[in-house]
Amino acid sequence: MTSSLLLLVLFDGLTQAALLFLVALGLTLIFGVLRIINVAHGAVYAFGGYAAASVGTALVTGDSIGLSLLPILIGGISMGLLLGAIIEIGVIRRILAMDEVMQLLATFAVFLIMEDLQRFIWGTAPVSVGGAVDAMGSVTIANITYMSYQVIFLPISALIIYLALRWTLGHTRFGRQLVAVAHNREVASAMGINAKRIGLLTFCLGTVLGTLGGALASPTTTLVPGTGGDMMVLSFAVVAVAGLGQITGTIVAALLIGVAKALSVHLFPELDVVVPYLIMLLILLWRPQGLFAVTQSRRV
Amino acid sequence: MKKIIASSVFGAVLTFGLATAQAQTKPAELKIPFATFLSGPAAVFGIAGKAGAEIAVDEINAAGGIDGVKLKMLVIDEGVGADKLLSEYRRLVQDEGVTVSSAAISSGSCNVLAPVAEDLKVVNVLWGCGSEKTLEDRRYKYVVRPASNMTTDFTSAALFLVKNKPDFKTIAVINQDYAYGRDSWEIFITALRAIKPDVKVVAELFPKFGSTDFSSEISRLQALNPDVIMSGTWGGELDTLVRQANQRGLMKKTIWVLPLAENSLERLGKGMPDGVIVGMRGDYYFLDPNLSKDPKVKTFVEKFKAKTGGYPTFPAYQGAVSMFAIADAYNAAIKANGGKWPDSAQVADAMHKLKLDHLGRKIVMREDGQGLQDNLVGITKMTPNFPFPVIDNLTLFPATITQAPVGLKAVEWAKTIKPELVQSPEIKKQ
Repeated sequence: MTSSLLLLVLFDGLTQAALLFLVALGLTLIFGVLRIINVAHGAVYAFGGYAAASVGTALVTGDSIGLSLLPILIGGISMGLLLGAIIEIGVIRRILAMDEVMQLLATFAVFLIMEDLQRFIWGTAPVSVGGAVDAMGSVTIANITYMSYQVIFLPISALIIYLALRWTLGHTRFGRQLVAVAHNREVASAMGINAKRIGLLTFCLGTVLGTLGGALASPTTTLVPGTGGDMMVLSFAVVAVAGLGQITGTIVAALLIGVAKALSVHLFPELDVVVPYLIMLLILLWRPQGLFAVTQSRRV
Repeated sequence: MKKIIASSVFGAVLTFGLATAQAQTKPAELKIPFATFLSGPAAVFGIAGKAGAEIAVDEINAAGGIDGVKLKMLVIDEGVGADKLLSEYRRLVQDEGVTVSSAAISSGSCNVLAPVAEDLKVVNVLWGCGSEKTLEDRRYKYVVRPASNMTTDFTSAALFLVKNKPDFKTIAVINQDYAYGRDSWEIFITALRAIKPDVKVVAELFPKFGSTDFSSEISRLQALNPDVIMSGTWGGELDTLVRQANQRGLMKKTIWVLPLAENSLERLGKGMPDGVIVGMRGDYYFLDPNLSKDPKVKTFVEKFKAKTGGYPTFPAYQGAVSMFAIADAYNAAIKANGGKWPDSAQVADAMHKLKLDHLGRKIVMREDGQGLQDNLVGITKMTPNFPFPVIDNLTLFPATITQAPVGLKAVEWAKTIKPELVQSPEIKKQ
């Protein structure tokens, strides 16, 4: 492999990994605290994208970076908070004590309802909003033109969000309470922590990460019915590779899958689709709990 | 004497009985299942096709229906998958007494439905699917396609490319990874190699159907720097591909050939640059200088705009024409049946002999059920009249020179195309 090809693969992988990480981070955070695999997370991603595109289209008036980005972020984050609160209060807290299969079925039902709602609200015509990408311009790396939005802004944003989350978990009252509930819900509750409130806030935070992923993807892609399904499956692969509930592991797994996908497009395009699942399969055969999860004894 | 009377009565009863058996009961309404994508990425085409078909049905009913019988569309969602689509289709045929249907968009759905319609003796109009193989691999009595197929669309695109931009040496493809993406590339490159044997393929990329990001593919295409990039991608995926390629400057350096991009122009707006070779299925273009003034076409465009808020693209016309074809076939069959309501076999027979004259140039049906429809290809150009590019340098490719003859596989036929075909006087600029 030549050095220029390696550079291309790394940058292509980085652009894919940034969005994948944000969405998978939301999924793994929710699992870490609530012990629930939220199948509706893909629909959450799509809602974030559509909301950002709607607000962006309605409010973007200038060519400046700030004016292009702000409406997208407002649309995505607001939608995340709204959806997070509705789904957690309406569904999640009612199924926490249920069997895992029932939890999967319930969140899958939410996914299907949201897919129909999405079609009802935004229709079937492709939706997009491109101002932010154009406003940030392009950079040339190894004679290949990249959009600054994809190779600079998205990875840096993902890194900032990761560092901010780590800092919040380690240095704030909410973060410590969240870690305590993630470690042991019953003990945390016995110590006086309002686990229900932490559950709601965590679910909202995880959902915001999902909608933010969709919002940040909206300037580079076109939203159509079914957008969420693809991202949901890929983010599950990332979470499975990292190990459920592993925040730092998620960033490594997202990079691994992003770079492997890019490498396959350049060298073995026929394998592009299977590569993420091949990696997942190999890693789960080697370490069934994922790359970064620590084997835990079963609580009885 | 008694024997003579008895024989006469028996004969009369037999004759009456046979006559009654041949005459079909005229239904209170003609129920027509219309299979289209209401969900998933292909709904971009599906909803437009449904709107077009509804406009046609309203028009036919407003004019009194078919011999007084009103049409009623029964819409089926193709997005549920082939198995469920088939179950729903069978249920409608059995429970609703269906004798004619219009299905479907996906070539996969068409391939699954065609033999079932044939077995059930239901006349099925393949209204949106482009794979030539559906009618090539088996001869059907009850299945027809009153529209062009991918052979015409992609051969026309190859001819247009060589005619207008002859000085290229290398080409790459980026198509969706499913039957249509693979088959359309096979037709295109076979035709192109026949016309320009020295062309070199530098990359064949088939990203997953439903892809939302083409960053890596665009990097690879930039690195390979082909003279031409062909993509039969359509719908939202084409929008994403064009936006990302344009943002990264790939559309400035390379000649792009997008045979189905007419459907994306209004959505992409300024995101689609000038100078891109674009086409459509058939000759349905709302700004076609030869047809846009036609009162029928003008009314259809106005009705579609009022109904959906946008200009009709080719799936809308195809949906409408499928309904007009059904009405035409029934009217012809009724005439041939002495004014009586025809059975499915008579309608199927009439369908194979139609010369359709609706919303485009005439479509002549062949004995294999494939319609001969001309194809339009042109180059994008921004004008002050619309906030999106229009198709300039519009060129008409007659189906008579871009369609494989009956009995010959399209790919085999494409190998026999001669380079001189590019200069054919039958290819006309509009």
